[in-house]
Amino acid sequence: MRVLVTGASGLLGRAVARELLAGGHEVRCFQRRPSGVAGASDSLGSVTAPDAVARAVSEQDAIVHLAAKVSLAGDPAEFDLVNVGGTRNLLEAARTAGVGRFVYVSSPSVAHSGTSIVGGDALPADPASARGDYARTKAEAELLALAADSDGFRVVAVRPHLVWGPGDTQLVERVVERARRGRLPLLDSGAALIDTIYIDNAATGIAAALARVDSVHGRSYVLTNGEPRPVAELLAGICGAAGVESPRWRVPASVARTAGSLIEAVWQVKPGVDEPPMTRFLAEQLSTAHWFDQRRTRADLEWTPAVSLDEGFRRLAEHYAGEGSADRS
Amino acid sequence: MIPPLLDAGGATSPATVPPAGLNGLDPAFSRVVRAPEAGTSVDRGWHVLDNADRLAALGVEPVGTILCVHGNPTWSYLWRRLVDAATLAAAEGGDAWRVIAVDQLDMGFSERTGARRPLARRVQDLGDLTDALDLDGPVFTLGHDWGGVVSLGWALSHPDLLAGVMLLNTAVHQPEHVSIPAPLRLALQPALLGLATVSTSAFLETTLSLAHPPLPASIKDGYRAPYRGASRRVGIGGFVADIPVDLDHGSRAELDRIAAGVAQLTVPALMLWGPRDPIFSDRYLDDLLDRMPHADVHRFEGAGHLVAEDVDYVSAVLTWLGDNIRTPEEPPAPVALPEPDRPPLWRYLDDLRDSGESAVIDMVPSSGPGPRVVSWRLLSKRVRQLASGLDQIGVKKGDRVSLLIPPSADLVAVLYACLRIGAIVVVADAGLGLKGLTRAVRGACPDHVIGALPGLTAARALGWPGQKISTTTLAAPARRALGVSFSLAQLVSLGSDEELPEPPAASDTAAILFTSGSTGPAKGVVYTHEQLSAVRDALAAQYGVGVGTGLVAGFAPFALLGPALGARSVTPDMDVTSPKTLTATAVAAAVKAVDATVVFLSPAAVANVVATSAALTDEDSRALAGVEQFLSAGAPVSEPLLAAIAALMPSATAHTPYGMTEGLLMTDITLDGIRDAASASGPGGVCVGMPSGASRVRISPLDADGAATGALTDAPLVTGEILVSAPHVEDHYDRLWLTHRASRQGGVPGERWHRTGDVGHLDDAGRLWVEGRMPHVLVTANGIVTPVGPELQAESVSKVVRAAIVGVGPRGVQQVVAVVETSPEARRVALANPELAAAIRAAVDVPLAAVLVVPHLPTDIRHNSKINRSALSTWAEGILSGGRRTAP
Repeated sequence: MRVLVTGASGLLGRAVARELLAGGHEVRCFQRRPSGVAGASDSLGSVTAPDAVARAVSEQDAIVHLAAKVSLAGDPAEFDLVNVGGTRNLLEAARTAGVGRFVYVSSPSVAHSGTSIVGGDALPADPASARGDYARTKAEAELLALAADSDGFRVVAVRPHLVWGPGDTQLVERVVERARRGRLPLLDSGAALIDTIYIDNAATGIAAALARVDSVHGRSYVLTNGEPRPVAELLAGICGAAGVESPRWRVPASVARTAGSLIEAVWQVKPGVDEPPMTRFLAEQLSTAHWFDQRRTRADLEWTPAVSLDEGFRRLAEHYAGEGSADRS
Repeated sequence: MIPPLLDAGGATSPATVPPAGLNGLDPAFSRVVRAPEAGTSVDRGWHVLDNADRLAALGVEPVGTILCVHGNPTWSYLWRRLVDAATLAAAEGGDAWRVIAVDQLDMGFSERTGARRPLARRVQDLGDLTDALDLDGPVFTLGHDWGGVVSLGWALSHPDLLAGVMLLNTAVHQPEHVSIPAPLRLALQPALLGLATVSTSAFLETTLSLAHPPLPASIKDGYRAPYRGASRRVGIGGFVADIPVDLDHGSRAELDRIAAGVAQLTVPALMLWGPRDPIFSDRYLDDLLDRMPHADVHRFEGAGHLVAEDVDYVSAVLTWLGDNIRTPEEPPAPVALPEPDRPPLWRYLDDLRDSGESAVIDMVPSSGPGPRVVSWRLLSKRVRQLASGLDQIGVKKGDRVSLLIPPSADLVAVLYACLRIGAIVVVADAGLGLKGLTRAVRGACPDHVIGALPGLTAARALGWPGQKISTTTLAAPARRALGVSFSLAQLVSLGSDEELPEPPAASDTAAILFTSGSTGPAKGVVYTHEQLSAVRDALAAQYGVGVGTGLVAGFAPFALLGPALGARSVTPDMDVTSPKTLTATAVAAAVKAVDATVVFLSPAAVANVVATSAALTDEDSRALAGVEQFLSAGAPVSEPLLAAIAALMPSATAHTPYGMTEGLLMTDITLDGIRDAASASGPGGVCVGMPSGASRVRISPLDADGAATGALTDAPLVTGEILVSAPHVEDHYDRLWLTHRASRQGGVPGERWHRTGDVGHLDDAGRLWVEGRMPHVLVTANGIVTPVGPELQAESVSKVVRAAIVGVGPRGVQQVVAVVETSPEARRVALANPELAAAIRAAVDVPLAAVLVVPHLPTDIRHNSKINRSALSTWAEGILSGGRRTAP
């Protein structure tokens, strides 16, 4: 198959592109900067530019859409433009070009109202109750994509939860960076169970969704390792792999949520260069359980994660050790 | 006097159907039926719920009719779920029951007649209606509150149609010596009656407030719908005024007719009872059972007057009806070995009546210096005197006698006296705690209570029923204050001629033993004389206990059987409410007192005996060296603990049997046996050895949802619920028909098989392994996990003292969590540190989502060993969802 991967300059996009290449597909990557994925072709541009999008989708059989504005803060209009508008541009261009398959890479936060998720399956995306502009716009875009599903244009949404791995700047780097500066608190007891997904598993899961889209189109699937752990253990695992001190000080979740709301409000008025150190969304994420029923995902996608959590930590440690020795050399 | 407000001349209005939109009520079942009123020329309009049209539309023929009669102040809305469920079952191919739920005249949406309708009239009214409906048999009646009485009146007048009666909290008789329940007495004050019932909605609102848990507002509105406005509530006042409070009351004769007639009913009967009822308390259930001893009864602990709202009475009703209309399969000729003719429990009291040898020894008698030695001669005589005395004060065969006496020679004498005259002894362990004990005594509804001072004080304070008899002679004021009628000394003197009634038959009920309550509310387990004798014989055969054996009985259920075994028994000095306080020195003293060769202890006691063994003197050790059999009964004991106590009794074979209140000795294993089993491979768990004596063990395999639905098997290495059968397995649960029925499910017809609620497997050698409790089975995305195997693996980690394996999350995708006690003891609840978590994860062969450390795991009070994993699981789920870190 000829597959267009959008957002292939990100960690997950690159991994998906490589996975598809390894699966024998012909891959074109679409993003603003060269992807650097060996064996794939690049089509440069932004999803917000309809012309660039039309060029990118031409002569493709399928699209895996990852490109998005991912941030805890920022101008709401910017989220709408990239996440909703970009998806709309892609969907329109894809149908015009006669592309038959579309994998929308979403997030479990599209259906999350801030309470615990304890062994739940994927619920319908709900922009109205989603927390923050990222989740809201991802939810709107997922609804757009699934609304476009038909027998001739098969759309599936997959929602990997907390992707991490070597080279990950979204989760791992933030954790390690804050821990290094001693600015990473545990909320409450840090016992909330959280399921995550190792980068390689996310890539194979997304590839599986593409392979199975003819059977599963119109639906949404959460992708995780299926190994929930207390958030303190996850943070300690990441810190341990990076060789930095694990978080030791604790903050009540209620305080963090309140602080998060306040900080968000301040950032709105006077956006800083850095992201806010705490947001309400992050406080909720770190203090409530988030783990999922993976039975439908695994059965429908005929997929199981190959890399266990512990193996993931080992690979992460190897990555940091390699970095360290590279620094020394 | 009937207040004017309630008298004839009240407003009249025709019957209607209910307004649309009442929660849970399907308008399609409602219709108005006109029925001529017998003896008059008027027609009456009735609102009824009736699923006949729906069944006809489904093209199914009803198997019978359920005629439902509400009480006061409800209406047919009470039965809405039954109408729905019966119709749904018919639509799904199940039994098709026609359900007719009436609104009595002047009630619900039926006609307001403006006339008084005393009980006899109401019974006739219902007959008028069923005539008009041209009702066909078989009919099962179902009544609640005063509707129960009306339904029974109808039942007595329609023997041709009647197939059975079903009752929810009701009464047919006000016992002479018992006063009318206070709330009714209040409402019946002439000055208050009209006010409470008609001009205000107080009576209605009070009734609606009796639901446990409280009713949602929309359901309350459903009940209120026909009673908005005083003129609509005249029937409520009329019903209350019709309660025959005294002998002169106009409805007294009809009530007495019904009460007497009920005692002649032979049709199947079901009673579903909510004991938290300020009106129809357990004593009315007891009265009904005296009249219909064949009835199936289920008391829903925690439910109250509105039992139809509090619990799923619908399934109970439909299940019971299903059982009753299906001709039970002819049980195959019993294949079991012919029952041996077992001597009665009091055999040795007769055989050894002239023996001067000691029978029972009290280490710490309640009065006088210890030890107190009672010879067979004295015990035998005392039992005969007490039996005769009890007989003379009117304690009859079949009466229930609650024993609130600490283990002692007194207890033994009273127990055997009761058994001898056929009175049913109700025995609840003080270890249940006062709350559990109250629930147990109330539920068993004893006719008599024999107790020591603390027991009688509790009985008085908590209003336990029954005639009271004290173990010691009390001063007159105390006697009066506690409502005590007799003392044991009086009974002995009354019975000095030792004249005894006929002994009970082997099939008569002998005892009701209460379960520990470690697995839910304590349940009364009923044993017949034959079954209790079989318990004795199983013990005798397994441990070689017989005439002349010195027996230290530190485990309550077995302590009572000493005299039945012919053994010389002693209860060691211990606080019975806290077996874990027993010391090694106390055990040695007891061993010396009876020259014991057999020692029975509870598992909770074993640990403390080992912990206090340093205090043993050389003389103590020499006495312990004479012990030949040591038994820790009640819950499995670990190999190291059993080895530690065995070391104190070097000549003894150490046993730990497997059993439960429902079957006291089902398998047995010795310390050597445990060591042999350690090398076995399989699904894990605790090896409890081979079936003992005549016991048989089978497994009902688990399905993918963790339910034990498989056919019984003795195939090795198949995990499922453990079922046991033996001559000494219980007869049934007391007043828990549903529980009893469930405990017999899947057994072999014609044989008595008991579902233990334990999960486990058999191995190649035929040994039984216990893997946990059925409600504690985890269903993960990768399949079933039973807790005990992984718990033992976790406990193999050096810092772990005790571990519990629990599931969090929804069944089917549960995550496995280990909760552990550590050494040194943790100061507070926390996630295990990384090293400990890693060690436990490495030791346990299922993936663990989390490892939590707690200072103490919550255990049952009786054994201090059974962990309530269900509660622990709820607690762990709270913490692991980000909840507060409370102690479990």
